[in-house]
Amino acid sequence: MSRPILEPCYIYLDNNATTRVHKEVFEAMLPHFTRLFGNPSSMHLCGGVVAKQVREARERIGALMGADPDEIIFTSGGTESDNLAIRGILESNPAKKHIITTRVEHPGVLSTARWLESRGYDVTFLDVDNGGNLNLEAYKASFRPDTAVVSVMWANNETGVLFPVEEMASYARERNVPFHTDAVQAVGKIPINLKELNIDLLSLSGHKLHGPKGIGALYVRKGVRISPILLGGHQEHGKRPGTENVPAIVGLGKASDLALKNMEDENTRVKQLRDKLENALVSKIPRSQVNGSRRRRLPNTSNISFEYVEGEAILLMMNELRIAASSGSACTSGSLEPSHVLRAMGIPFTMIHGSVRFSLSVDNTQQQIDFIIEKFPSIISDLRKISPFWKESYGRHVKNFS
Amino acid sequence: MWDYTDKVKDLFLNPKNVGEIEDADAVGEAGSIACGDALKLTLKIDGNERITDAKFKTFGCASAIASSSILTEMILGKTIKEAAKITNRDIAENLGGLPEEKMHCSVMGMEALEAAIENFRGKPATKVETGEIICKCFGVTDTTIRRVIRENRLRTVEQVTNYTKAGGGCGTCIENIEKILKGEIDKRTKTARDKEKQPAGRRMTNLQKINIIQEVINRDIRPQLQKDGGNIELVDVDGNHVYVNLTGMCAGCIASTMTIKWIQEKLKEFVSPELDVLEGGDMI
Repeated sequence: MSRPILEPCYIYLDNNATTRVHKEVFEAMLPHFTRLFGNPSSMHLCGGVVAKQVREARERIGALMGADPDEIIFTSGGTESDNLAIRGILESNPAKKHIITTRVEHPGVLSTARWLESRGYDVTFLDVDNGGNLNLEAYKASFRPDTAVVSVMWANNETGVLFPVEEMASYARERNVPFHTDAVQAVGKIPINLKELNIDLLSLSGHKLHGPKGIGALYVRKGVRISPILLGGHQEHGKRPGTENVPAIVGLGKASDLALKNMEDENTRVKQLRDKLENALVSKIPRSQVNGSRRRRLPNTSNISFEYVEGEAILLMMNELRIAASSGSACTSGSLEPSHVLRAMGIPFTMIHGSVRFSLSVDNTQQQIDFIIEKFPSIISDLRKISPFWKESYGRHVKNFS
Repeated sequence: MWDYTDKVKDLFLNPKNVGEIEDADAVGEAGSIACGDALKLTLKIDGNERITDAKFKTFGCASAIASSSILTEMILGKTIKEAAKITNRDIAENLGGLPEEKMHCSVMGMEALEAAIENFRGKPATKVETGEIICKCFGVTDTTIRRVIRENRLRTVEQVTNYTKAGGGCGTCIENIEKILKGEIDKRTKTARDKEKQPAGRRMTNLQKINIIQEVINRDIRPQLQKDGGNIELVDVDGNHVYVNLTGMCAGCIASTMTIKWIQEKLKEFVSPELDVLEGGDMI
């Protein structure tokens, strides 16, 4: 990039990819690079002070989702948490060879499941319907006597659709099968109280809730046995050895605190901004649709398809206006195939390639959303002018919009 | 984020020759919406088979749009015969290069042009694929795969996927792509070996040979010698005997036999394997 990116000019709507570290989080982390540099395991005070802060961080993360501090294991992020949960459970119960998951998981779970398949495990990948929802009857029917673990995401990173993990976890409990949920997108965005739920393992990631990158956690309910996947020291009760990433842990603790404080704003103001943006774009732009059931969704995410245009082109045009978002098109996925989530939902290719994910955060403002509503429609109409599939008659299509 | 050249970015934001010629003399289409990119090319062609107007419409990413735009600029004013010689490499080069993963956009341009030329000759606007479909996900035939391997001198399956998309979906055809690739590479090495066998003198006139030798000396040999304070002059070429004088620090250097040997290797590599290098001083 030749042009410097001036942060205040940028409208950042890609918060499901990563978030900006909150100023207070950054400040809480700083002393741990220099003054408070000790190893929490040390016997001297240099380590002792730090150990206390790590304990506090554990409590703060626990408080965000109704968990005991002892139930939190620090990891390097969401992907490691997913791996540790699934492989850790299988390793501790080697007799059982069946896994239940879904087609729309994050690669952290999906790739792990596919790898396990190649190692002799049976995996049931549950389908989703057009709105991205699971069929609970099919879920219940997929259990087998040798089912070792269920891993189902809480909120989908691309569409924001929420799975009924509360109900699903209860059923798994009845069947005595450990239930893991990848809650990387849910934690910090929707209220979670694990004390009232039957979820046994839960993955979260620091950088999705305005914390630093390179830190995550796995919640493991008391009494649930998992084996480590890394070998080393005694840290995290031997479940995840290695000297603690103290600055990031402290940052995640602070970020959890702030997420709890901002929870109401996220679910009211941010949700209204998201709805306003979504409604305006879909009503202004013909041949567009919201992907994913709008009934049960994260408050910050909107996945919209614009037919007959391609996502990467849309993103680059948006970039010219200094607006940041994501797309599920093939060109942006890093492979030649478009989003596995939208394909699993049976969205037609004409729509998938032109999908844009807007993911907001508490940092976004009314002004920003108004700017996008004003500028965005012409990006789509400009690209449609050069698209061989677009016909002017499509533009006269009248939408019944509620 | 893709690392696009300024040319690609410029043509994406300000594409040239966008549109569709209503009474076109030739129409060429390539790609499909399922594949994620598609191009429709329309041409006006005069009585001398010269392309007098070219317009495009493209569904696709920035590099697909830029490739289409540059293609229209490249073919305008050319005869059908001249345009037919354009390869995907020419398209990519005119854009100042494309990221390897985006080379398939240049291939799409070439395919649409081919389809348009065939359409002008009376065939349908969408190229009728000859050969066997290898990649079912993206509908790529062995003919296309072979051609792109040859024209771009590809070496790996990953490159074939980047250039044609073949193998980029379910991946079940990768084994077949490997076979095709191996066949093409074997052919390539065989042709190279056959070429080597031909005596250089028969393919080049003496003047051509001297010019090439001089060029290699200037480009690859002299700069190296100058680093050590030496220099070289070409004295004469007689058949396959090349006479040179080493000057400067090289003159009388005890390592000069080694230097002559190294020069000989360079000339064998770049000019002809038949050449012998001798110190010219002996002759004069």
